[in-house]
Parts: sequence; C-alpha cells; structure tokens
Amino acid sequence: MTQQGVRWTAEQVLALAPDDASRKAGSRLGTAGPWSESGCDGSGAVWSLCKGSGSRPYRTVLDTSGPAYQCSCPSRKFPCKHAVGLMLLWSADEQSVPDGTAPDWAEQWLAGRRARAHQKPLGPTGATAKPVDAEAARRRAEKRAERITAGTTELEQRLADLLRGGLAAAERPGYGLWEETAARMVDAQAPGLAARVRELGAIPGSGPGWPARLLEECALMHLLDRAWLGRDTLPEPLTATVRSRVGVPAAAQGPPVRDHWQVLAQYDTADAKLTTRRVWLYGRDSGRSALILDYGAAGRAPELALPVGLTIDAEVTPYPGGGQSRAALGERYGTPTATEGPPPGGTVTEAAERYGRALLDDPWLASCPATLDAVIPIPPKDGDDTWQLADPAAELALPIATTTTSRAALWKLAAVSGGAPVTVFGECGHRGFTPLTVWPAGGREGVALT
Amino acid sequence: MTRATIEDVGGGPHSWEELVTAALLGTDRRPAVGPPGELLDAAATQTLRRRAGLVPAVAAERPSAAPPDERPELPDAARRRLALLLADRSAPAHAGGRRGSAPDLGELLPQWLALANERGLRAPAALLPTLLDAARARTDVRPQALAFAGPRGVWLAGLNPEWRFALRGGSGSALLPDPKDTASVQLLWDEGLFAERVALLGAVRADDPDAARALLATSWATERAEDRLLFLDSLRAGLSTADEPFLEQALADRSRNVRATAAELLSALPASALAGRMAARAASCVSLDRTGDEAVISVEAPHECDAAMQRDGVVPRPPTGRGERSWWLGQLVESAPLGTWPRRLGGRTVAAIVALPVADDWGDELHAAWCRAAVRQRDPEWARALLGAPAAPPGEGAGTASLAERAKLLSVLAEPERADWVARFISAHGLSEAFQLLGVCVVPWAEALGRAVVDALEIARDAGSYPWSFSGVMGLAERCLDPAEAGRLEGLTATPPEGEGASPGAGGYWAEAFQRLVATLRLRETMHTELTP
Repeated sequence: MTQQGVRWTAEQVLALAPDDASRKAGSRLGTAGPWSESGCDGSGAVWSLCKGSGSRPYRTVLDTSGPAYQCSCPSRKFPCKHAVGLMLLWSADEQSVPDGTAPDWAEQWLAGRRARAHQKPLGPTGATAKPVDAEAARRRAEKRAERITAGTTELEQRLADLLRGGLAAAERPGYGLWEETAARMVDAQAPGLAARVRELGAIPGSGPGWPARLLEECALMHLLDRAWLGRDTLPEPLTATVRSRVGVPAAAQGPPVRDHWQVLAQYDTADAKLTTRRVWLYGRDSGRSALILDYGAAGRAPELALPVGLTIDAEVTPYPGGGQSRAALGERYGTPTATEGPPPGGTVTEAAERYGRALLDDPWLASCPATLDAVIPIPPKDGDDTWQLADPAAELALPIATTTTSRAALWKLAAVSGGAPVTVFGECGHRGFTPLTVWPAGGREGVALT
Repeated sequence: MTRATIEDVGGGPHSWEELVTAALLGTDRRPAVGPPGELLDAAATQTLRRRAGLVPAVAAERPSAAPPDERPELPDAARRRLALLLADRSAPAHAGGRRGSAPDLGELLPQWLALANERGLRAPAALLPTLLDAARARTDVRPQALAFAGPRGVWLAGLNPEWRFALRGGSGSALLPDPKDTASVQLLWDEGLFAERVALLGAVRADDPDAARALLATSWATERAEDRLLFLDSLRAGLSTADEPFLEQALADRSRNVRATAAELLSALPASALAGRMAARAASCVSLDRTGDEAVISVEAPHECDAAMQRDGVVPRPPTGRGERSWWLGQLVESAPLGTWPRRLGGRTVAAIVALPVADDWGDELHAAWCRAAVRQRDPEWARALLGAPAAPPGEGAGTASLAERAKLLSVLAEPERADWVARFISAHGLSEAFQLLGVCVVPWAEALGRAVVDALEIARDAGSYPWSFSGVMGLAERCLDPAEAGRLEGLTATPPEGEGASPGAGGYWAEAFQRLVATLRLRETMHTELTP
C-alpha cells in the first residue's frame, strides 16, 4: 500500500462510470497494455498516457481525492473510458502505477485544481456569497409564495373534484388529470408538488390495492396543501419541512458537523432529464446519518462520487426542516481511508419504530435510513415474490421493497448471507425495506447492493 | 409490511375501508363520510396512523444455511479481476472485422476460472449471482463456473428457478453422495432424476469401474432406451476387459443405438471377442496383391451384411450417397484392431502399410477407416503414419489430406509431438488451414508452436492482407499463446510503413491487432500472478 491511502476496489471504480458502455470500455482499458508513463503521488493524483487509435496518446489525469478527471480524448462522456480505465489500473496494479512526480501536463491541471480548492469558501453556507439586495430578494420570495398559494388552492380544488366523482375515474384510459395538473404546479413554481402529482399518476397502474394507495397519497397531498396554506401557524421546523416538500429551495444552514463520515451507500435514480445521486453517510463520532444529493444531466454521471467502504474526514451541513437527513457536503480533509465494519444497528422492530417516529417531524417521509443487525434474507418460495429480512431470534421480518430493489441486488444479498445473519444498511419505509449495503457476519468490507 | 390494527384503537368515526370505498365511488355517491375535504382530512390522519404504526410481519420459513466451503479465499487482486471479467461478459459481439487494441475480457473468463479451480480457490459470495448468470448464458464456461461456484453456488441456485440448470449435471457432484456410501448411492440411483443418475454413475465409475458396472446392471433391464444409451456411454471412461461380458450382452439390446455403442466400445478393446470377429471379417476383405511389379493392397468389399455382422454393430443401411459395400467395409476396418494389419500385409511397418498403393480407388475409403480406428484405439503409431509429414503438400504425401481427420489424429499424439507437428505444418503451409489443428493443441502453446504462429502472422502482414482474415487464429493466439512471448511480440505493435501493393490501412490494423495480442498476453500473465497466493 502506498502513502495515498486505500486503493479503490473495481466495483467502486465501476460505480463511477456514467453508463454500461463506458463501464465495459473502461474495464478493457484497465490493464497495463495501452498505458505508459503512469504514476501517482501522495496527494491522490494519478496520471498516464493511453495509446488510442491516433498517433498521439491521450493524456489522462485523475485526482482520486475528488474524484475529478481530465483527459485529452474527445469523448463527451464524463468520466471518459480512459479515466475509468486508468482508475481501474491504479486500483488493481501497484506495479503499473508507481509513486512518482507528476509530469508538467498533469501538474498544470492538478495545480489549477488545488488553487481553486483553496479559494473555495469555508463550507457551503455561503459565508462569502455575494451581497444581495435584501429587499428585492424578499419581494421575489413573496411573489413566489403567492404563486404557490394559488397553485395549492387550485390543487385542493382538483383533489376535491376527483373525490367527488370518485377515484375510479382515475383508472380510465386516457385520464389526463395528472400531467395537466403537474404542469400547472410547475407554473406555480412548486416543483415538489409537481413531482408528487406525477407520482400520483403512476398509482392507478400499479396493481392490486391501488385505490388505497391513491387515497393515501391524495390525502398526504391534501395535508401538504393545507400545511402550506396554514404555514404561519406551524412551528418553525415543520414550516421548513413544508417549504422543502413543496419545492422552495433553501440553503443548508446551521453549524457544520465535522466527523469521520462512513460512506454507507451510493445510488443513482434517473429520469429523462436528470440523474439523481444519493449518498448515505454515517458519522462515526456523532452517530448522525446524512443524505447527500448530487445531480447530473441525463447520460452524465453526477460529479460527486463516494464509493461505499470509504471513510472521509469532512464537514457536513444539514438542510433546514424537521426529521431531515439531507445535508450538504462541505470541506474535506485528507484522503479517504478504509472503513472498518458496519455502523451500529438494531432489530427490524426498531427500524420500523424509527420510521414511525420520523413521521412526527415529516409526515411526508417515505423512508428513513436504518441499519439492521444480524438479519437473515429470506428469498421467495415458488410462486411468491416476497423477500424478507428476518431477525434471527424473534420471528419477525421486514418485507423488502421489491419495486425499488433490483433482482441482482436481492440475489447478491442472499449470496452474501448464505442463510446466515448479516448486517444490512438500507432505507426503511412504508413500502418496506430497501437494502443498499450488506456486511457478512464479522466482515469488515461492505458489499454495495446498488 | 403488516398493517397494525391501529384503526380499531380509534381513528375517527369511519374505518379505513369505508374511506377507501367512499373515495373510489365518489362522495357524491357516498355522502356519509362527508364532503371531499373531510374525507381527505380523515384519510390523512388514518394514513399517518397506519404508517407510523407499521410493525414487522411474521417471518417466512428461512432458507437452510449454505454448506461450508473450505477452499481458501481469493486474493484481493484476483477478486477484482473476476469482477471485471464478469462485467465484460455481456459485451456485444464485435461488429465487423475491427476489434480494437484492448483485450476481450469475456474470452479470458474460461481461462481465469480454470486457473482458479486448479488452485482450489473459493468464489467470493457477492459475485455468485453474476457467475451463475454467466454460466447460464454461456455453456462453454458452465462446468468451470459451477465448479468454482462450489457448494454455496449450488445452495443459491436451489433458491432461484432461473438457476435450476446448476443443480443438474456438471457440478451436481456437490450434491452427490460419496461413491463408497453404497446405501446412499443405491438410493439416488433408484430415485434420482436422470441427470443426477448420470452424474452419479460417472462419479462411481471414476472411483471404482466395476462398482459402476454392477450398479448399472441392477436396473439395466428396466431403463428406457435413450437412458440406456447414455448410461452405456459412461463406461467409456475407464474401459477395460472387465467390461466385456456386460458389453457383449448389450450387443443383443433391443435398441439399435445401444447395440452400436456397445460394439464401438468393444472394438476399442483389441483383445475382445468382438474385435477378433471384426479382425477376421476385415482381413478377409483386404489382402496383398503381389502379381504386379510392386506390392499393392487389393480390396474386396463385403457382399452382404449378415445377421452376425449386424449383431456386432455393423449398420446395414448406408447414408444417402454412399454405396452399401464401401459403407460396410469402412465399418469393419474401423472396428478391427490395428494390430491385424502388419500380420496381414506381409509384416510391413505401419508407415510402409500406409504408403502401399491401393488398387481400384479403394485407397481413400481404407485410409479413412484406418484414421477412425487409430482415433478409436488411440494408437499413436498409426496416427503418426496416417498424418504423414507435416511439410508435405496436402494430398501428395502418404497421409490424409482432410483437416478434420488430421485434427482427430493429432489428438492421439502426445502433447509435445502434437505441437511440433502443427508448428511444422504452419511453417510450411501458413495459417489459412491451421485453425482446426491449433484447436487440438494444449494451452499454453509450446514455444516452437507459438513462434510458428507469430512468424506466420508476420508473414501474412507483410504480404499485405488484413488482420481480420486471420481473426480466428488471432483470437486463439490471444487465449493460447504463452504469455512469455509478449516481449518478443512487442516489436510487431508499431505501425509499419505502408508497403507497395499492401491493402490500404492494413499496417495500422495489424499494429492494433498485435497490440491487442500483447495486451491480452500481459493480462493473462497478470491473472496468473494474481491467482497465485
């Protein structure tokens, strides 16, 4: 092992690739063959020349502490296959990427990066943000609040109309209420409401029991509308929750928490326009959970990449709102280190109770982070499709949310367990438990299920 | 998640079910629950009570624990490598001829698995699903993948219907009883699925050939014809004269295919009675004619296929397009012990016999039958003679000109001799016909063979052709060439100046192909190192 700390695993590197094609192309480049003049240094920098089809080799340089990448190839993908390939080479093969001094072409980029890093403000709270015209900002916020109020009022009307005529209408083919309503909520500058309305539209096609689920979501939407309209009378944390649920942006605030944050899970969800990356952190000293979000345009991986199994020394600033896990990642110190074992966990009952309590602060919460200690995954029997995570002693189990968990993840979970108790981190909510990372009994290394 | 019965504790005047019914039908039709606003208020309260009151469900029956796997763990680097090889397995087939300069990882998976199995290492649990998926998609890696997956792989496959294949055949050995445990063996033999029984018979045969034959005899009469055929085929392993009585009895089987297989097995035992009968029949058809200036083999093909011949497995009806008599002759010669011929043909050496002229155009027929006999009886002396000199122009030497026959004959020779023969063949004739012959050579290729292939590739490049005309051999070379050759190949990876008469751009493509070859060899070497603890 060199001074730069842990080398990543192939899985961790491959998780950075923006899509399947670059994952494959990158893994083919992950051998010493096409590379020359490779090296790395203690600051996390890795550089090399990659022989391509042209006469001049591509210059690829990485900063693994970011991670950040730079490559002279013409690819529009980011990171490109050369960056992925070089990272794989670095992660697998110490001889091919020896310690050294960066050549000029790599040093230029690295120096530029470091200079920018030093100019960055302390933390994300905007301490050095530009002075703004407070009066103009207040007027804009007021204007926006008025539009949202108009939007929620209209939404209430539409919900009332729907219930007057009956939810059964929503199942009729060509029922167009949701798209139109969602568009109205976008106009009203309430993207949170628009997203919820779009989700409503998917429920009538979601199989048996859909009317109950649709009623639940309509009722919670109604609750959100009412909360917005009466937000002046709510306690401050709940007001913040309502504002964030409706979609009014707020900056992370409050004192940053510096801790050794263990990366428990990282996964992406994508729609046509946007890739959303969720990273779950666990503070080793504070015992807090934090959810970091990052976004990338469609087909481009979000820039933030924190492979599962690493621990970073960093500052994290929570967003306002009750029961809120979301936080912003601030200043990072040093290079990531390897994590020793899973965070402390509890029983399946404790996880369900924790979700129940979290609803007090945020009634719209779909799930909350939870680590289950010593649970046994139970695959479905023939003809069934229910997966469970069972406590080893008590005869109790949480169902796994199969809609949000891939088949590959489920079987990986079963394989790692082999019928024996394992530690599982995931999200526990009303749809069930979504496993994200598993540690075999006594195992130090977590296996990402995403 | 199980819903707690919170509603009963008190959730307003209406139950959740009432609220859902009213919402579904509409408050206009169900005014009892109040106007929409009240219904939604009540539903919001109930929803939150329901969600906050969620409790775990009763656990279903747990899977049994996976049996322990005592093999040592993979070294870290090897585990990373396997993840990469598996990630590449679904890569699309290469469109067109150009394959780029990076190695084909999917092609290296079988070799990686073979090495890991040789080293007796344990598959990482987290990769078992991908490994089973790979085994499902690719039958070429299946046996190796399943052996590597080991007992936990079989355990996992038992839980997922998509992986049922893993429970049958091949790695089924993980589930088989100890061949010495006669009671368990008999139980599985009597009650097992067909594939389990085939695997069981194979395992017992490997342990004790006589016990396997005895086991087979217990149920022989009641087995179905297709099953008898496959069971009988399993006697091929460890065949000995002790099997003769059983095989003789099978010559009277109701099924023609079973009879033919029994006859084939008997003819591979030169001392068997059947081999003796066939020798007599074949000898009566082939004789030495000394009436001319030089000795000539004269052939008198059989005039009929009598009942005794048929009982000995001779198939009376020829395939379309072949004469009956030559068809019968071929079968007799093929089944007769090769030791018959020096005695019959004037005490000549095998090489001299093969070189003898044959009268009336029977030569091809007779030599082809001898080829089959040499392969069946695994006779290197005959194989050598029938192969002829590797450098001789095809069709002009004493040996056979057919590549398929040559490939089979080569497989009879010992490894070094085989590689040497193919190397000399390639040096004399180039690569265009070498693919089939290379396929029977042992990996990694012997030094002389590897050098002959690389030299031939270089000659092909210098002649101005495109590398994809040789993509089959290139692919083989990537998998089979000794990684130690990488250094020598380095010089070929540069793009040569465009020669006159060369195909446009060929130089660049060749450089790319050689780069891929070198990269693959280096990767194979790395794979080796990584798997060596």
